[in-house]
Amino acid sequence: MGILDHFNYWMVIVLMMAGLYTVISRGNLIKQVVGLNVFQVSVFVLYISMGKVSGGTAPILGEGITVYSNPLPHVLILTAIVVGVATTALALALVVRIRKAYGSIEEDDILKQENGS
Amino acid sequence: MMAMGAMAALALRNLFAVAMLSGTYSLLAAALYVVLDAVDVAFTEAAVGAGISTVLLLGTLVLTDHHEKPNGRIHLPALLIVLAVGGLLFYGTLDMPAFGDPQAPIHQHVADHYIEESREEVGPPNIVTSVLASYRGYDTLGETTVIFTAAIGVLALIGRVRRIRTRDARSGDDP
Amino acid sequence: MMMRQKPILRVSAKLLIPFILLFALYVQFHGDYGPGGGFQAGVIFAAAFILYALVFGIDSARDVLPGGARRICLALGVLLYAGVGVDGMLLGGNFLNYSILAQDPHEGQHLGILLIELGVGLTVFAAMTTIFFAFASQDMPAGTDPDQETP
Repeated sequence: MGILDHFNYWMVIVLMMAGLYTVISRGNLIKQVVGLNVFQVSVFVLYISMGKVSGGTAPILGEGITVYSNPLPHVLILTAIVVGVATTALALALVVRIRKAYGSIEEDDILKQENGS
Repeated sequence: MMAMGAMAALALRNLFAVAMLSGTYSLLAAALYVVLDAVDVAFTEAAVGAGISTVLLLGTLVLTDHHEKPNGRIHLPALLIVLAVGGLLFYGTLDMPAFGDPQAPIHQHVADHYIEESREEVGPPNIVTSVLASYRGYDTLGETTVIFTAAIGVLALIGRVRRIRTRDARSGDDP
Repeated sequence: MMMRQKPILRVSAKLLIPFILLFALYVQFHGDYGPGGGFQAGVIFAAAFILYALVFGIDSARDVLPGGARRICLALGVLLYAGVGVDGMLLGGNFLNYSILAQDPHEGQHLGILLIELGVGLTVFAAMTTIFFAFASQDMPAGTDPDQETP
């Protein structure tokens, strides 16, 4: 029990906030998608960190092993990763369409065109 | 190290470098999952995050711009919001059980049941597979449907391309 | 298309792709015993085709894997998954209860897991290749070279 007890969670928060800041402050749509991905992975790390048991092993049943890490978060995150990449693909497809319609992937350029015409 | 990779990815302006760095970030995350005993998840992250996502990002970059518009100034309201939310979350972690504590609440509910009974009730040695496919079959059905829908959505958005006439000679008009 | 003149790349891709496909099948059907399962196998299988498309050109890849086949796989996976669930209902159990698919509950569970993992793998594979082909077969927007874009 020491200062390192919560170190994983703190790193998760740092990553999460980096992703959040990018999503809020950057105007470039691809950059926002990457920021969203960083945020997403930080949530995955949070779940997996919670599932870890000290001295545990991977949740595959074997002889002479008694302590396993919690398999439930693994299942949730496993599906979340694949769904994450599917939604990322959808977001990128939207970006491609926006680029075709407006000729730009910068938020303020698009807003300018919207208001100007 | 992973945090450094993420910061570099978010700070850079050349979007090609950003795509490569986000792939590296995923690979480091996969290594972290192995350390944390989640081998299935690490496998998926390495294949999906570092492989397919990077390819898709690069594919998008080819179709759009390579450079972000220079925007050096710091977005002050965003920074304030981020610091406030981060502070609150940090305060929240202080109440959480220590990392790796076997007595944590997350390990008290159904996890024990899965670990002890899945051999008898389901069979496969890999508990993750048992839980994924059997105990939580509904969830997985939902996830599969989400992927299905996402693929349909991509097809609807950018699937049917009206080819430019001069290139019509090339065969194949389906996406 | 663009890689016609790169023999090393072509030969090594030809060597690698069968092993990637084999590995994907191993991951698919060995998911009960080790890490792996439908999600990973689908992605690896798709990665093999994406490699093929990158090296040999998108058009020849489309000959190998036509769009109709991809779309059928996409729907077939979800249908297989839900069908296994409905099958359990028809045999008198709950939706997605595999224990009654065979005489012995363990056999039934094994069969059910195998089938739905196959469904997941098919859908993921078809979705990933469909998304990739959709991106890769885009034409560059007419007259807009990315380098001459306004700053």
